[in-house]
Amino acid sequence: MTDLTDLTIAEALSAMKSKKISAEELTKAYIKKTEEGRKYNAYVLETPEVALQAAKVADENYAKGTERALEGVPMGIKDLFCTKGIRTTACSHIIDNFIPQCESTVTQNLLNAGVGFLGKLNMDEFAMGGSNETSCFGPVVNPWSKDVNLVPGGSSGGSAAAVAAKMCAAATGTDTGGSIRQPAAFCGITGIKPTYGRCSRYGIMAFASSLDQAGPMAKDVKDCALLLKVMAGHDEKDSTSSRKAVPDFTKVLGQDVKGLKIGIPNEYRPQGLNKDVEKAWDAAVDMLKARGAEIIDISLPHTKYALPVYYIIAPAEASSNLARYDGVRFGQRVDGAHLDDLYINTRTQGFGKEVKRRIMVGTYVLSAGYYDAYYVKAQKVRRLIQNDFKNAFEKCDVILTPTSPVSAFPIGDKSMIENPINMYLNDVFTVSVSLAGLPALSLPIGLSANGLPLGMQLIGKAFDEETVFKTAYALEQDAAFKRI
Amino acid sequence: MAVDSKTVQKVALLAKLKVDEDKVEATKDEFNKILKWIEQLNEVETQGVEPLVSVNEEHLVCREDEVTDGNIKDKILANAPESEFGYFAVPKVVE
Repeated sequence: MTDLTDLTIAEALSAMKSKKISAEELTKAYIKKTEEGRKYNAYVLETPEVALQAAKVADENYAKGTERALEGVPMGIKDLFCTKGIRTTACSHIIDNFIPQCESTVTQNLLNAGVGFLGKLNMDEFAMGGSNETSCFGPVVNPWSKDVNLVPGGSSGGSAAAVAAKMCAAATGTDTGGSIRQPAAFCGITGIKPTYGRCSRYGIMAFASSLDQAGPMAKDVKDCALLLKVMAGHDEKDSTSSRKAVPDFTKVLGQDVKGLKIGIPNEYRPQGLNKDVEKAWDAAVDMLKARGAEIIDISLPHTKYALPVYYIIAPAEASSNLARYDGVRFGQRVDGAHLDDLYINTRTQGFGKEVKRRIMVGTYVLSAGYYDAYYVKAQKVRRLIQNDFKNAFEKCDVILTPTSPVSAFPIGDKSMIENPINMYLNDVFTVSVSLAGLPALSLPIGLSANGLPLGMQLIGKAFDEETVFKTAYALEQDAAFKRI
Repeated sequence: MAVDSKTVQKVALLAKLKVDEDKVEATKDEFNKILKWIEQLNEVETQGVEPLVSVNEEHLVCREDEVTDGNIKDKILANAPESEFGYFAVPKVVE
Protein backbone atom coordinates (compact mmCIF):
# COMPACT_ATOMS: atom_id res chain seq x y z
CA MET A 1 0.00 0.00 0.00
CA THR A 2 1.23 3.46 -0.80
CA ASP A 3 1.78 6.00 1.97
CA LEU A 4 -1.70 6.94 3.17
CA THR A 5 -0.58 10.50 3.84
CA ASP A 6 -0.12 10.95 0.07
CA LEU A 7 -3.88 10.74 -0.39
CA THR A 8 -5.88 13.93 -0.80
CA ILE A 9 -8.97 14.27 1.38
CA ALA A 10 -11.20 13.44 -1.58
CA GLU A 11 -9.20 10.26 -2.23
CA ALA A 12 -9.07 9.28 1.44
CA LEU A 13 -12.84 9.74 1.84
CA SER A 14 -13.52 7.48 -1.09
CA ALA A 15 -11.03 4.88 0.19
CA MET A 16 -12.67 4.89 3.62
CA LYS A 17 -16.15 4.70 2.14
CA SER A 18 -15.21 1.66 0.09
CA LYS A 19 -13.52 0.17 3.20
CA LYS A 20 -10.10 -0.01 1.49
CA ILE A 21 -8.65 1.82 4.47
CA SER A 22 -9.93 2.65 7.93
CA ALA A 23 -9.99 6.06 9.59
CA GLU A 24 -7.74 4.59 12.27
CA GLU A 25 -5.09 3.57 9.72
CA LEU A 26 -5.24 6.99 8.11
CA THR A 27 -5.00 8.80 11.43
CA LYS A 28 -2.11 6.63 12.62
CA ALA A 29 -0.23 7.35 9.40
CA TYR A 30 -0.54 11.08 10.02
CA ILE A 31 0.43 10.72 13.69
CA LYS A 32 3.59 8.91 12.60
CA LYS A 33 4.41 11.73 10.15
CA THR A 34 3.78 14.26 12.90
CA GLU A 35 6.32 12.53 15.13
CA GLU A 36 8.87 12.25 12.32
CA GLY A 37 8.41 15.91 11.41
CA ARG A 38 9.00 17.47 14.84
CA LYS A 39 12.13 19.16 13.48
CA TYR A 40 9.85 21.53 11.55
CA ASN A 41 8.28 22.82 14.81
CA ALA A 42 4.90 22.98 13.06
CA TYR A 43 2.85 21.69 15.99
CA VAL A 44 2.85 23.51 19.33
CA LEU A 45 0.61 20.82 20.81
CA GLU A 46 0.03 17.26 19.56
CA THR A 47 -3.25 15.59 20.45
CA PRO A 48 -2.98 12.07 18.97
CA GLU A 49 -5.47 10.67 21.51
CA VAL A 50 -8.11 13.18 20.38
CA ALA A 51 -7.55 12.25 16.73
CA LEU A 52 -7.66 8.50 17.45
CA GLN A 53 -10.90 8.83 19.41
CA ALA A 54 -12.46 10.64 16.43
CA ALA A 55 -11.14 7.92 14.11
CA LYS A 56 -12.83 5.26 16.23
CA VAL A 57 -16.17 7.05 15.94
CA ALA A 58 -15.54 7.51 12.21
CA ASP A 59 -14.94 3.81 11.62
CA GLU A 60 -18.17 2.98 13.47
CA ASN A 61 -20.04 5.45 11.28
CA TYR A 62 -18.54 3.98 8.09
CA ALA A 63 -19.54 0.50 9.30
CA LYS A 64 -23.10 1.70 9.87
CA GLY A 65 -23.17 3.72 6.64
CA THR A 66 -23.90 6.91 8.57
CA GLU A 67 -20.70 8.74 7.67
CA ARG A 68 -20.66 12.54 7.61
CA ALA A 69 -19.09 14.90 5.01
CA LEU A 70 -15.49 14.70 6.28
CA GLU A 71 -15.75 11.55 8.38
CA GLY A 72 -12.36 10.40 9.65
CA VAL A 73 -10.27 13.22 8.13
CA PRO A 74 -7.37 14.12 10.46
CA MET A 75 -6.62 17.85 10.53
CA GLY A 76 -4.30 20.30 12.24
CA ILE A 77 -5.78 23.44 13.76
CA LYS A 78 -4.08 26.84 13.83
CA ASP A 79 -3.54 27.81 17.46
CA LEU A 80 -5.74 30.88 17.04
CA PHE A 81 -8.95 28.79 17.04
CA CYS A 82 -10.39 28.05 20.47
CA THR A 83 -10.72 24.29 20.90
CA LYS A 84 -12.74 23.24 23.93
CA GLY A 85 -10.56 21.67 26.59
CA ILE A 86 -7.46 21.83 24.35
CA ARG A 87 -4.85 24.48 25.14
CA THR A 88 -5.04 27.47 22.78
CA THR A 89 -2.34 30.13 22.95
CA ALA A 90 -2.24 32.34 19.82
CA CYS A 91 1.47 31.49 20.24
CA SER A 92 1.78 34.27 22.80
CA HIS A 93 3.25 34.00 26.31
CA ILE A 94 0.48 36.22 27.61
CA ILE A 95 -2.08 33.44 27.15
CA ASP A 96 0.10 30.33 26.93
CA ASN A 97 -1.86 28.49 29.66
CA PHE A 98 -5.35 29.11 28.29
CA ILE A 99 -7.84 26.22 28.16
CA PRO A 100 -10.90 27.34 26.18
CA GLN A 101 -14.29 26.53 27.66
CA CYS A 102 -15.94 26.83 24.25
CA GLU A 103 -15.32 25.66 20.70
CA SER A 104 -14.87 28.10 17.80
CA THR A 105 -17.70 27.83 15.27
CA VAL A 106 -15.39 26.86 12.40
CA THR A 107 -13.78 24.01 14.37
CA GLN A 108 -17.20 22.95 15.69
CA ASN A 109 -18.42 22.74 12.08
CA LEU A 110 -15.44 20.52 11.26
CA LEU A 111 -16.08 18.32 14.32
CA ASN A 112 -19.74 18.00 13.33
CA ALA A 113 -18.60 16.78 9.90
CA GLY A 114 -16.45 14.02 11.43
CA VAL A 115 -12.97 15.62 11.45
CA GLY A 116 -10.39 14.57 14.08
CA PHE A 117 -7.86 17.06 15.47
CA LEU A 118 -4.19 16.00 15.41
CA GLY A 119 -3.08 19.08 17.34
CA LYS A 120 -2.56 22.83 17.39
CA LEU A 121 -0.34 24.51 14.84
CA ASN A 122 2.36 27.13 15.21
CA MET A 123 1.80 30.68 13.95
CA ASP A 124 3.05 34.23 14.36
CA GLU A 125 2.06 35.66 17.75
CA PHE A 126 -1.60 36.75 17.50
CA ALA A 127 -1.24 36.24 13.71
CA MET A 128 1.00 39.30 13.48
CA GLY A 129 3.85 38.50 11.14
CA GLY A 130 4.71 37.15 7.74
CA SER A 131 7.35 34.56 8.59
CA ASN A 132 6.18 32.68 11.71
CA GLU A 133 9.21 34.10 13.54
CA THR A 134 7.20 36.06 16.11
CA SER A 135 5.76 32.88 17.70
CA CYS A 136 6.61 32.42 21.39
CA PHE A 137 7.29 28.75 20.51
CA GLY A 138 9.99 29.70 18.01
CA PRO A 139 10.04 29.67 14.21
CA VAL A 140 8.71 26.95 11.92
CA VAL A 141 11.04 25.42 9.32
CA ASN A 142 9.75 25.30 5.75
CA PRO A 143 9.80 21.63 4.62
CA TRP A 144 11.21 22.80 1.26
CA SER A 145 14.41 24.03 2.97
CA LYS A 146 17.67 22.62 1.61
CA ASP A 147 20.99 23.90 3.00
CA VAL A 148 19.56 26.85 4.91
CA ASN A 149 16.44 26.79 7.06
CA LEU A 150 13.74 28.85 5.37
CA VAL A 151 10.60 30.43 6.82
CA PRO A 152 7.24 28.85 5.94
CA GLY A 153 5.67 32.31 5.62
CA GLY A 154 3.12 33.59 8.06
CA SER A 155 1.11 33.99 9.98
CA SER A 156 -0.34 30.49 9.33
CA GLY A 157 3.19 29.08 8.97
CA GLY A 158 2.66 25.95 11.06
CA SER A 159 -0.47 25.14 9.06
CA ALA A 160 1.30 25.48 5.71
CA ALA A 161 4.37 23.50 6.81
CA ALA A 162 2.25 20.71 8.33
CA VAL A 163 0.22 20.30 5.15
CA ALA A 164 3.34 20.41 2.95
CA ALA A 165 5.14 17.79 5.10
CA LYS A 166 1.98 15.61 5.17
CA MET A 167 1.68 15.96 8.94
CA CYS A 168 -2.09 16.47 8.53
CA ALA A 169 -4.60 15.96 5.73
CA ALA A 170 -5.36 19.68 5.85
CA ALA A 171 -5.28 22.56 8.28
CA THR A 172 -7.27 25.60 9.26
CA GLY A 173 -5.75 29.00 8.72
CA THR A 174 -6.74 32.59 9.25
CA ASP A 175 -5.98 35.50 6.97
CA THR A 176 -5.98 39.18 7.92
CA GLY A 177 -3.59 40.59 5.30
CA GLY A 178 -2.31 37.45 3.57
CA SER A 179 -1.80 34.96 6.40
CA ILE A 180 -3.31 31.99 4.54
CA ARG A 181 -2.19 32.82 1.01
CA GLN A 182 1.47 33.81 1.54
CA PRO A 183 2.42 30.72 3.64
CA ALA A 184 0.49 28.52 1.20
CA ALA A 185 2.62 29.98 -1.61
CA PHE A 186 5.89 29.56 0.34
CA CYS A 187 5.14 25.90 1.17
CA GLY A 188 3.71 24.80 -2.18
CA ILE A 189 0.17 24.11 -0.98
CA THR A 190 -3.29 25.53 -1.70
CA GLY A 191 -5.23 27.87 0.58
CA ILE A 192 -8.21 30.14 0.26
CA LYS A 193 -9.26 33.22 2.18
CA PRO A 194 -12.98 33.34 1.52
CA THR A 195 -15.08 36.50 1.26
CA TYR A 196 -15.26 38.44 4.52
CA GLY A 197 -18.33 37.06 6.29
CA ARG A 198 -18.25 33.56 4.76
CA CYS A 199 -16.90 31.96 7.93
CA SER A 200 -17.86 32.84 11.47
CA ARG A 201 -15.15 34.53 13.51
CA TYR A 202 -16.65 33.27 16.79
CA GLY A 203 -13.99 31.65 18.95
CA ILE A 204 -11.07 32.82 16.83
CA MET A 205 -8.86 35.10 18.90
CA ALA A 206 -9.39 38.50 17.28
CA PHE A 207 -6.59 40.43 15.60
CA ALA A 208 -8.29 42.94 13.27
CA SER A 209 -12.02 42.28 13.29
CA SER A 210 -12.90 44.03 10.02
CA LEU A 211 -10.32 41.91 8.14
CA ASP A 212 -9.95 38.52 9.89
CA GLN A 213 -11.28 35.50 7.99
CA ALA A 214 -10.79 31.78 8.47
CA GLY A 215 -10.13 29.43 5.57
CA PRO A 216 -8.80 26.00 4.64
CA MET A 217 -5.20 25.12 3.72
CA ALA A 218 -4.87 21.82 1.91
CA LYS A 219 -3.07 19.68 -0.64
CA ASP A 220 -5.15 20.78 -3.60
CA VAL A 221 -8.04 22.88 -4.89
CA LYS A 222 -10.68 20.18 -4.50
CA ASP A 223 -9.82 19.60 -0.85
CA CYS A 224 -10.10 23.33 -0.19
CA ALA A 225 -13.54 23.31 -1.86
CA LEU A 226 -14.69 20.37 0.28
CA LEU A 227 -13.42 21.99 3.47
CA LEU A 228 -14.77 25.49 2.85
CA LYS A 229 -18.26 24.11 2.31
CA VAL A 230 -18.15 22.66 5.83
CA MET A 231 -16.35 25.57 7.53
CA ALA A 232 -18.55 28.36 6.12
CA GLY A 233 -22.07 29.49 6.95
CA HIS A 234 -24.06 31.92 9.03
CA ASP A 235 -23.57 31.85 12.78
CA GLU A 236 -25.76 33.63 15.31
CA LYS A 237 -22.68 34.16 17.45
CA ASP A 238 -21.03 36.39 14.81
CA SER A 239 -23.28 39.14 13.46
CA THR A 240 -20.84 39.80 10.59
CA SER A 241 -21.15 36.25 9.27
CA SER A 242 -23.17 36.21 6.07
CA ARG A 243 -26.65 34.75 5.67
CA LYS A 244 -25.94 33.88 2.03
CA ALA A 245 -26.31 30.20 1.15
CA VAL A 246 -23.04 28.28 0.88
CA PRO A 247 -22.85 26.51 -2.47
CA ASP A 248 -21.30 23.10 -3.11
CA PHE A 249 -18.00 24.46 -4.39
CA THR A 250 -16.89 21.11 -5.84
CA LYS A 251 -19.65 21.30 -8.47
CA VAL A 252 -17.77 23.91 -10.50
CA LEU A 253 -14.47 22.03 -10.58
CA GLY A 254 -13.68 20.89 -14.09
CA GLN A 255 -16.06 23.35 -15.71
CA ASP A 256 -14.81 25.07 -18.84
CA VAL A 257 -12.98 28.38 -18.42
CA LYS A 258 -13.40 29.23 -22.09
CA GLY A 259 -14.50 32.83 -22.52
CA LEU A 260 -13.83 33.61 -18.87
CA LYS A 261 -12.38 37.11 -18.51
CA ILE A 262 -9.13 37.07 -16.53
CA GLY A 263 -7.98 40.46 -15.24
CA ILE A 264 -4.27 41.24 -15.04
CA PRO A 265 -3.56 44.37 -12.97
CA ASN A 266 -0.62 46.32 -14.36
CA GLU A 267 0.15 47.82 -10.92
CA TYR A 268 1.19 44.32 -9.77
CA ARG A 269 4.04 44.27 -12.28
CA PRO A 270 6.37 46.94 -10.91
CA GLN A 271 9.84 47.62 -12.26
CA GLY A 272 12.24 45.09 -10.82
CA LEU A 273 9.67 42.40 -10.08
CA ASN A 274 11.45 39.13 -9.25
CA LYS A 275 12.17 37.34 -12.57
CA ASP A 276 11.05 33.91 -11.34
CA VAL A 277 7.76 35.35 -10.12
CA GLU A 278 7.23 37.18 -13.39
CA LYS A 279 7.94 34.04 -15.41
CA ALA A 280 5.53 31.96 -13.32
CA TRP A 281 2.85 34.61 -13.77
CA ASP A 282 3.33 34.66 -17.54
CA ALA A 283 3.15 30.87 -17.62
CA ALA A 284 -0.15 30.92 -15.72
CA VAL A 285 -1.55 33.50 -18.14
CA ASP A 286 -0.54 31.26 -21.06
CA MET A 287 -2.23 28.23 -19.49
CA LEU A 288 -5.53 30.06 -19.18
CA LYS A 289 -5.17 31.57 -22.64
CA ALA A 290 -4.65 28.10 -24.11
CA ARG A 291 -7.93 27.07 -22.50
CA GLY A 292 -9.72 29.89 -24.28
CA ALA A 293 -9.94 32.36 -21.43
CA GLU A 294 -9.77 36.02 -22.38
CA ILE A 295 -6.94 38.05 -20.84
CA ILE A 296 -7.95 41.61 -19.92
CA ASP A 297 -5.58 44.36 -18.77
CA ILE A 298 -7.01 46.09 -15.74
CA SER A 299 -5.89 48.85 -13.39
CA LEU A 300 -6.08 48.98 -9.59
CA PRO A 301 -4.70 52.51 -9.22
CA HIS A 302 -4.63 52.69 -5.40
CA THR A 303 -2.58 49.49 -4.99
CA LYS A 304 0.50 51.29 -3.64
CA TYR A 305 -1.54 52.71 -0.75
CA ALA A 306 -2.93 49.37 0.42
CA LEU A 307 -0.02 48.58 2.74
CA PRO A 308 -0.03 51.93 4.58
CA VAL A 309 -3.83 51.69 4.92
CA TYR A 310 -3.48 48.19 6.29
CA TYR A 311 -0.79 49.21 8.76
CA ILE A 312 -3.11 51.85 10.21
CA ILE A 313 -6.35 49.87 10.29
CA ALA A 314 -4.99 46.50 11.44
CA PRO A 315 -2.92 47.87 14.37
CA ALA A 316 -5.79 50.19 15.37
CA GLU A 317 -8.21 47.27 15.60
CA ALA A 318 -5.54 45.11 17.24
CA SER A 319 -4.87 47.68 19.92
CA SER A 320 -8.53 47.53 20.98
CA ASN A 321 -8.88 43.75 20.57
CA LEU A 322 -5.76 43.03 22.61
CA ALA A 323 -6.82 45.30 25.47
CA ARG A 324 -8.51 42.25 27.02
CA TYR A 325 -5.16 40.62 27.82
CA ASP A 326 -4.60 42.33 31.13
CA GLY A 327 -3.87 39.49 33.55
CA VAL A 328 -7.28 39.58 35.24
CA ARG A 329 -9.66 37.15 33.56
CA PHE A 330 -7.35 34.73 31.75
CA GLY A 331 -3.77 34.19 30.72
CA GLN A 332 -0.58 34.99 32.55
CA ARG A 333 -0.41 37.56 35.33
CA VAL A 334 2.66 39.44 36.47
CA ASP A 335 1.89 40.97 39.86
CA GLY A 336 2.26 44.61 40.77
CA ALA A 337 1.64 46.72 43.82
CA HIS A 338 -1.36 48.40 42.26
CA LEU A 339 -3.85 47.27 39.65
CA ASP A 340 -2.28 49.54 37.03
CA ASP A 341 1.15 48.01 37.70
CA LEU A 342 -0.37 44.57 37.31
CA TYR A 343 -1.75 45.51 33.87
CA ILE A 344 1.50 47.11 32.74
CA ASN A 345 3.78 44.34 34.04
CA THR A 346 1.57 41.61 32.60
CA ARG A 347 1.34 43.18 29.15
CA THR A 348 4.95 44.32 28.94
CA GLN A 349 6.28 40.84 29.79
CA GLY A 350 3.53 38.82 28.11
CA PHE A 351 3.47 40.33 24.61
CA GLY A 352 6.30 39.93 22.12
CA LYS A 353 8.09 42.74 20.31
CA GLU A 354 6.06 42.86 17.08
CA VAL A 355 2.76 42.70 18.96
CA LYS A 356 3.79 45.57 21.25
CA ARG A 357 4.96 47.56 18.22
CA ARG A 358 1.55 47.19 16.59
CA ILE A 359 -0.38 47.93 19.78
CA MET A 360 1.63 51.15 20.16
CA VAL A 361 1.08 52.22 16.54
CA GLY A 362 -2.61 51.39 16.86
CA THR A 363 -2.97 53.29 20.11
CA TYR A 364 -1.26 56.30 18.57
CA VAL A 365 -3.37 56.46 15.41
CA LEU A 366 -6.54 56.21 17.50
CA SER A 367 -5.50 58.78 20.10
CA ALA A 368 -7.13 62.17 20.46
CA GLY A 369 -5.93 64.62 17.84
CA TYR A 370 -4.66 61.99 15.41
CA TYR A 371 -7.80 59.92 14.81
CA ASP A 372 -8.92 61.87 11.72
CA ALA A 373 -5.45 62.32 10.27
CA TYR A 374 -4.63 58.62 10.37
CA TYR A 375 -7.56 56.32 11.07
CA VAL A 376 -10.34 58.11 9.17
CA LYS A 377 -7.95 58.91 6.34
CA ALA A 378 -7.07 55.21 6.08
CA GLN A 379 -10.76 54.25 6.02
CA LYS A 380 -11.34 56.69 3.16
CA VAL A 381 -8.48 55.27 1.11
CA ARG A 382 -9.80 51.79 1.95
CA ARG A 383 -13.02 52.82 0.19
CA LEU A 384 -11.01 53.87 -2.89
CA ILE A 385 -9.23 50.51 -2.90
CA GLN A 386 -12.57 48.70 -2.75
CA ASN A 387 -13.84 50.90 -5.61
CA ASP A 388 -10.78 49.94 -7.68
CA PHE A 389 -11.85 46.30 -7.46
CA LYS A 390 -15.50 47.12 -8.17
CA ASN A 391 -14.46 48.97 -11.32
CA ALA A 392 -12.11 46.17 -12.37
CA PHE A 393 -14.82 43.54 -11.97
CA GLU A 394 -16.98 45.46 -14.44
CA LYS A 395 -14.47 44.25 -17.03
CA CYS A 396 -13.38 40.83 -15.79
CA ASP A 397 -14.63 37.77 -13.87
CA VAL A 398 -11.53 36.92 -11.85
CA ILE A 399 -8.11 38.50 -11.29
CA LEU A 400 -4.80 36.64 -11.57
CA THR A 401 -1.66 37.85 -9.75
CA PRO A 402 1.35 36.34 -8.00
CA THR A 403 0.67 35.63 -4.31
CA SER A 404 3.97 37.02 -3.07
CA PRO A 405 6.75 39.08 -4.68
CA VAL A 406 9.32 36.53 -3.42
CA SER A 407 9.70 32.85 -2.57
CA ALA A 408 10.52 31.62 0.96
CA PHE A 409 13.46 33.47 2.57
CA PRO A 410 15.90 32.33 5.27
CA ILE A 411 14.95 32.36 8.96
CA GLY A 412 16.51 35.38 10.69
CA ASP A 413 16.78 37.59 7.59
CA LYS A 414 18.59 40.71 8.80
CA SER A 415 16.95 43.30 6.58
CA MET A 416 13.52 42.31 7.85
CA ILE A 417 14.48 42.12 11.51
CA GLU A 418 16.16 45.52 11.37
CA ASN A 419 13.37 47.20 9.44
CA PRO A 420 9.82 45.91 10.00
CA ILE A 421 8.63 47.72 6.86
CA ASN A 422 10.69 45.30 4.74
CA MET A 423 8.71 42.44 6.28
CA TYR A 424 5.43 44.28 5.70
CA LEU A 425 6.26 44.70 1.99
CA ASN A 426 5.92 40.92 1.48
CA ASP A 427 2.16 41.37 1.74
CA VAL A 428 2.01 43.81 -1.18
CA PHE A 429 -0.08 41.46 -3.39
CA THR A 430 -2.40 40.19 -0.68
CA VAL A 431 -3.44 43.11 1.56
CA SER A 432 -5.59 45.07 -0.87
CA VAL A 433 -7.78 41.99 -1.34
CA SER A 434 -8.22 41.79 2.44
CA LEU A 435 -9.11 45.47 2.67
CA ALA A 436 -11.77 44.96 -0.02
CA GLY A 437 -13.05 41.80 1.74
CA LEU A 438 -12.82 39.69 -1.42
CA PRO A 439 -12.15 35.94 -1.77
CA ALA A 440 -8.68 34.92 -2.95
CA LEU A 441 -6.97 31.58 -3.37
CA SER A 442 -3.29 30.76 -3.66
CA LEU A 443 -2.13 27.67 -5.49
CA PRO A 444 1.37 26.45 -6.36
CA ILE A 445 2.23 27.01 -10.01
CA GLY A 446 5.87 25.97 -10.26
CA LEU A 447 9.33 26.33 -8.79
CA SER A 448 11.80 29.19 -8.74
CA ALA A 449 15.28 28.79 -10.26
CA ASN A 450 16.52 27.61 -6.86
CA GLY A 451 13.76 25.04 -6.49
CA LEU A 452 11.28 26.80 -4.21
CA PRO A 453 7.50 26.90 -4.70
CA LEU A 454 5.84 29.94 -6.26
CA GLY A 455 2.17 30.70 -5.74
CA MET A 456 -0.45 32.31 -7.94
CA GLN A 457 -3.36 34.24 -6.47
CA LEU A 458 -6.86 34.24 -7.94
CA ILE A 459 -9.13 37.02 -6.70
CA GLY A 460 -12.90 36.84 -7.11
CA LYS A 461 -15.92 39.09 -6.68
CA ALA A 462 -17.47 39.13 -3.22
CA PHE A 463 -19.13 35.74 -2.55
CA ASP A 464 -18.03 34.37 -5.91
CA GLU A 465 -15.63 31.74 -4.61
CA GLU A 466 -17.02 29.46 -7.32
CA THR A 467 -15.29 31.30 -10.17
CA VAL A 468 -12.09 31.35 -8.12
CA PHE A 469 -12.27 27.59 -7.55
CA LYS A 470 -13.15 26.87 -11.18
CA THR A 471 -10.20 28.89 -12.50
CA ALA A 472 -7.82 27.52 -9.87
CA TYR A 473 -8.78 23.95 -10.74
CA ALA A 474 -8.01 24.55 -14.42
CA LEU A 475 -4.62 26.06 -13.57
CA GLU A 476 -3.88 23.19 -11.20
CA GLN A 477 -4.43 20.65 -13.98
CA ASP A 478 -2.05 22.47 -16.31
CA ALA A 479 0.62 23.33 -13.74
CA ALA A 480 0.78 19.71 -12.50
CA PHE A 481 2.77 20.89 -9.48
CA LYS A 482 4.62 18.08 -7.66
CA ARG A 483 3.99 18.13 -3.91
CA ILE A 484 6.74 16.96 -1.55
CA MET B 1 4.07 64.30 12.22
CA ALA B 2 7.19 63.07 14.00
CA VAL B 3 6.81 61.96 17.58
CA ASP B 4 9.22 62.76 20.43
CA SER B 5 10.31 60.62 23.37
CA LYS B 6 7.60 62.07 25.58
CA THR B 7 4.90 60.99 23.13
CA VAL B 8 6.34 57.48 23.00
CA GLN B 9 6.07 57.26 26.79
CA LYS B 10 2.54 58.66 26.71
CA VAL B 11 1.38 56.19 24.05
CA ALA B 12 2.94 53.33 26.02
CA LEU B 13 1.05 54.42 29.11
CA LEU B 14 -2.23 54.59 27.16
CA ALA B 15 -1.58 51.06 25.87
CA LYS B 16 -0.63 49.87 29.39
CA LEU B 17 2.87 49.00 28.26
CA LYS B 18 6.23 50.07 29.58
CA VAL B 19 9.16 51.12 27.39
CA ASP B 20 12.44 50.85 29.29
CA GLU B 21 14.39 54.14 29.54
CA ASP B 22 17.24 52.82 27.42
CA LYS B 23 14.84 51.70 24.67
CA VAL B 24 12.88 54.94 24.32
CA GLU B 25 15.16 56.47 21.68
CA ALA B 26 15.19 53.35 19.50
CA THR B 27 11.43 52.94 19.86
CA LYS B 28 10.92 56.57 18.88
CA ASP B 29 13.06 56.20 15.74
CA GLU B 30 11.27 53.04 14.69
CA PHE B 31 7.91 54.66 15.36
CA ASN B 32 8.79 57.64 13.21
CA LYS B 33 9.99 55.41 10.40
CA ILE B 34 6.60 53.64 10.36
CA LEU B 35 4.65 56.90 10.65
CA LYS B 36 6.59 58.48 7.81
CA TRP B 37 5.85 55.45 5.67
CA ILE B 38 2.10 55.47 6.37
CA GLU B 39 1.93 59.21 5.79
CA GLN B 40 2.24 58.63 2.04
CA LEU B 41 -1.55 58.44 2.27
CA ASN B 42 -1.54 62.23 2.38
CA GLU B 43 -0.89 62.14 -1.39
CA VAL B 44 -4.35 60.68 -1.96
CA GLU B 45 -7.24 63.07 -2.56
CA THR B 46 -10.09 61.88 -0.32
CA GLN B 47 -12.37 64.91 -0.30
CA GLY B 48 -15.97 63.69 -0.12
CA VAL B 49 -15.03 60.00 0.16
CA GLU B 50 -17.14 58.08 2.67
CA PRO B 51 -14.88 56.16 5.12
CA LEU B 52 -15.19 52.37 4.71
CA VAL B 53 -15.87 51.01 8.17
CA SER B 54 -16.92 47.50 7.16
CA VAL B 55 -17.06 45.61 3.87
CA ASN B 56 -20.14 43.81 5.13
CA GLU B 57 -23.03 44.89 2.91
CA GLU B 58 -25.76 42.94 4.69
CA HIS B 59 -27.75 44.75 7.33
CA LEU B 60 -26.79 43.70 10.80
CA VAL B 61 -29.78 42.07 12.43
CA CYS B 62 -30.63 42.54 16.09
CA ARG B 63 -31.54 39.31 17.82
CA GLU B 64 -34.23 39.09 20.48
CA ASP B 65 -33.05 40.62 23.73
CA GLU B 66 -33.16 37.44 25.78
CA VAL B 67 -30.84 35.37 27.91
CA THR B 68 -29.21 32.62 25.85
CA ASP B 69 -26.91 31.19 28.48
CA GLY B 70 -26.20 31.56 32.17
CA ASN B 71 -25.11 29.68 35.27
CA ILE B 72 -21.63 29.25 33.80
CA LYS B 73 -19.68 30.97 36.57
CA ASP B 74 -17.20 28.11 36.83
CA LYS B 75 -16.46 28.22 33.11
CA ILE B 76 -15.92 31.96 33.22
CA LEU B 77 -13.53 31.68 36.15
CA ALA B 78 -11.78 28.54 34.88
CA ASN B 79 -8.85 30.46 33.36
CA ALA B 80 -8.61 33.26 35.93
CA PRO B 81 -5.10 33.76 37.33
CA GLU B 82 -6.74 34.40 40.70
CA SER B 83 -10.33 34.13 41.88
CA GLU B 84 -12.01 34.26 45.25
CA PHE B 85 -15.62 33.78 46.40
CA GLY B 86 -16.72 33.39 42.78
CA TYR B 87 -15.10 36.64 41.64
CA PHE B 88 -11.96 37.65 39.73
CA ALA B 89 -9.41 38.77 42.30
CA VAL B 90 -7.07 41.75 41.79
CA PRO B 91 -4.80 43.79 44.11
CA LYS B 92 -6.63 46.08 46.48
CA VAL B 93 -7.75 49.27 44.70
CA VAL B 94 -9.53 51.04 47.58
CA GLU B 95 -7.44 52.32 50.47
